[in-house]
Amino acid sequence: MTVAPPAPSVAPSAAETRPKLVSRQLEAWFGDNRVLKGVDMEVPARRVTAIIGPSGCGKSTYIRCLNRMHEMVPGARMAGRIELDGVDVYGPDVDPVLLRRKVGMVFQKPNPFPTMSIRDNVLAGLRLSRRKVAKTEAEAIVEKALRGAALWDEVKDQLKKPGTDLSGGQQQRLCIARSIAVEPEVLLMDEPASALDPIATARIEDLLHELKERYTIVIVTHNMQQAARVSDQTAFFLSGELVEMADTNTIFTSPGDRRTEDYITGKFG
Amino acid sequence: MSTSSVDIKRRGRNLGERAFIALSLVAIAIPLLILVGLVANTLVDALGRIDWDFLVGYPSRRASAAGIFPALIGSLWLIGLTALIALPLGVGAALWLEEYGGKSRLAGFIEVNIANLAGVPSIIYGLLGLGLFVRFLDLGRSVLAGALTLSLLVMPIVIMATREALRTVPGHLREAAAALGATRWQVIRQVVLPMALPGVLTGAILAISRAIGETAPLIVVGALTYMTFLPADPGDPFTALPIQIYNWVSRPQEAFLVNAAAGIMVLLVTMLTLNSVAVLLRNRLQRRTR
Amino acid sequence: MADLTLPDPVTRHDTGHASRPRHRTRSVTPLGEKLIEWTLLACGLVSIFTTLGILAVLLVEAVGFFDEVSLADFFGDTQWTPLFADKHFGIWPLISGTFLTTAIATLVAVPFGLLAAIYLSEFAPARARRILKPALEVLAGVPTIVYGYFALVVVTPLLQQVFPGLAGFNALSAGLVMGIMIIPMVSSLSEDALHAVPMSLREASWGLGAARLTTIFKVVLPAAMSGIVASIILAVSRAIGETMIVAIAAGQQPRLTLDPSVPVETMTSYIVQVSMGDTPTGTIEYRTIFAVGVTLFAMTLVMNVLSRRFVKRFRYGGTR
Repeated sequence: MTVAPPAPSVAPSAAETRPKLVSRQLEAWFGDNRVLKGVDMEVPARRVTAIIGPSGCGKSTYIRCLNRMHEMVPGARMAGRIELDGVDVYGPDVDPVLLRRKVGMVFQKPNPFPTMSIRDNVLAGLRLSRRKVAKTEAEAIVEKALRGAALWDEVKDQLKKPGTDLSGGQQQRLCIARSIAVEPEVLLMDEPASALDPIATARIEDLLHELKERYTIVIVTHNMQQAARVSDQTAFFLSGELVEMADTNTIFTSPGDRRTEDYITGKFG
Repeated sequence: MSTSSVDIKRRGRNLGERAFIALSLVAIAIPLLILVGLVANTLVDALGRIDWDFLVGYPSRRASAAGIFPALIGSLWLIGLTALIALPLGVGAALWLEEYGGKSRLAGFIEVNIANLAGVPSIIYGLLGLGLFVRFLDLGRSVLAGALTLSLLVMPIVIMATREALRTVPGHLREAAAALGATRWQVIRQVVLPMALPGVLTGAILAISRAIGETAPLIVVGALTYMTFLPADPGDPFTALPIQIYNWVSRPQEAFLVNAAAGIMVLLVTMLTLNSVAVLLRNRLQRRTR
Repeated sequence: MADLTLPDPVTRHDTGHASRPRHRTRSVTPLGEKLIEWTLLACGLVSIFTTLGILAVLLVEAVGFFDEVSLADFFGDTQWTPLFADKHFGIWPLISGTFLTTAIATLVAVPFGLLAAIYLSEFAPARARRILKPALEVLAGVPTIVYGYFALVVVTPLLQQVFPGLAGFNALSAGLVMGIMIIPMVSSLSEDALHAVPMSLREASWGLGAARLTTIFKVVLPAAMSGIVASIILAVSRAIGETMIVAIAAGQQPRLTLDPSVPVETMTSYIVQVSMGDTPTGTIEYRTIFAVGVTLFAMTLVMNVLSRRFVKRFRYGGTR
């Protein structure tokens, strides 16, 4: 399949139908260790795409390539091509910092900034990217982001408290609020619920259903039930390769590849 | 949602970051260059002055005839005695803290104490030595009083390095030895100490390097600045390399400054020699225990 | 030391006291073992006696001093001339000399040390870090007498070419050299503090689209702030107590001034000055060094306690 060259003006309808993110022959290394071995994949817009696979299969590295976080690790390299709306994100004139404002990320362990209050954590993305935020506007942004992350009712009376005072699940939703306050187009989530208890996990999963109306979501998870619950599409990674990708239903009911079947039926992993 | 594909394009060349890195590298390079310059400059000043007569000569009123022998011997006396006193005491204290003291209140108190002592200016140790060893214990202005003073000064260094080393010995080894029926001391003696020995030696290196360069406490304790004989036993008066250097630096005549430079080179070389001996010893031990 | 505790209480019972070196019941410890423990404890107690010794020596002589000189004179007079016929015992000239040299040293060490720490922690490749960090630490290992010589023989003449009015002995040259000496105190401990900031915070910031420098200044530095403050306090404390550089290069003239171009005397160099002379014990001149010593000791003690407070905070608070 050929990808259309970046067109200066794209009709909204066209943008809806074509994939939000595309990777072509994506390879990645840590030092001499090749962790991705040529991944071709298309991520549809405003859907939840889950990436599953055993640990060490390269699924985290894959999404860290999508917003160029991979290159921040000393000794890490990548090759191949990634396109966001048809634009090569590794192009020489692309600023990874600006890219990350459009492709946000939520990490495995909740990581609110310990020196900032809940409110300041939400506004951190805006402030860290040197955007001036007027006070009245700030209040609106904070409320909108916290509501978007289903955290507003729990914290609206304690916005001045340190973000690290919250429970683990609340901290993770705070991190989601912090990410969506920047108004990204894509949210990458790296096992966002793996450090949380089942109740907190359920809340995050509910939240994903709401978020996908506005964002393109890619979630890495080692929990197959979670992938089945939250995602529209599922991709199965094994040893740095994309084994197959299809509708979540298809993957879990009639996978096309033997290895996928073995994995989801628990024969390994 | 509008997707304007141009807005991830780079807006500047990230000059700020590059400028910052360059500035930081300059900030590291300047002090290091000054260090090199300092040694080089002293070496140049000293080169014409260092010879065998300087090393084995005694002080003189004539700069060109003055030698550094009593100071060199005095420093070796001091280091030897200091190592003899401070190492067992420091290692003992570290052993008690790590292996016996645990989280007891006494251990906590001793720990805070050591941390505080590490921050006490060396000249205060000089006052302690003057009041306690020279006067109260009546040791006089002797090499022993000087060595005791330096011992207390470097003890925190030995203790901290030793504790660090003891902590690296894995707990399961202690348990394994204890399960074989070894007593607590046997465990320490046979298992813990041999493994920690390289670290203990690191502490010794640091302590000796510190002791050999210390000037102020020895001045206060009362090291002589003009000695025409060598100390023969720990009760004798003494001088030391840094004291002799200070004496020469504070003379107004230019010729004595050259002596000071030569003295500094002798001091630095002595320091380096002792260090490399200890480092070699440590490396040999490390090979044995690994 | 929780790592020594056996996880299973049953096992612990079975193997008895031998399995846990630090275990409470001491039923069958032989006398030899006890003796060893006491000997080791005695070594530990030496540190306590050292502190007590310092306090006793300083206080005994200082009390003798303050019998003759009132606190009002000590803190009220603006002249320090105990070695002259017309004796004044106002500590302020010595404090101002100490303050001046320390301030200059701090002004050098903080920017250099912090830049070095940030580079080493945030930008340097692993290999450069392994080489540069110990290389910087060598600066703190050079005997101070060597720095003193360097300040007097090299730095002062150089500075005199720029500032012709500079005296042969001055606070500027001594302070600058002392600043270089304490750079590693700032850089090492600050680098440790920066290094202890979890990677996840940096990633969170980058993930939000913050640039590297912004991340460093808005996220990493604030998280490491208590460790950085601790390192600076420690460096200042070291500068206050530093002796030989100032004794050699700053002069020995107690003078209540903040002019860096003239000779001054610090508390430490006063003690050296008296110690080099033949002051008989028991005289008021002899006792002055203990009175000055107490003042110096108190100042550095406060700073060290303060610095440890900050270090604790960065160890237990900021690293989550």
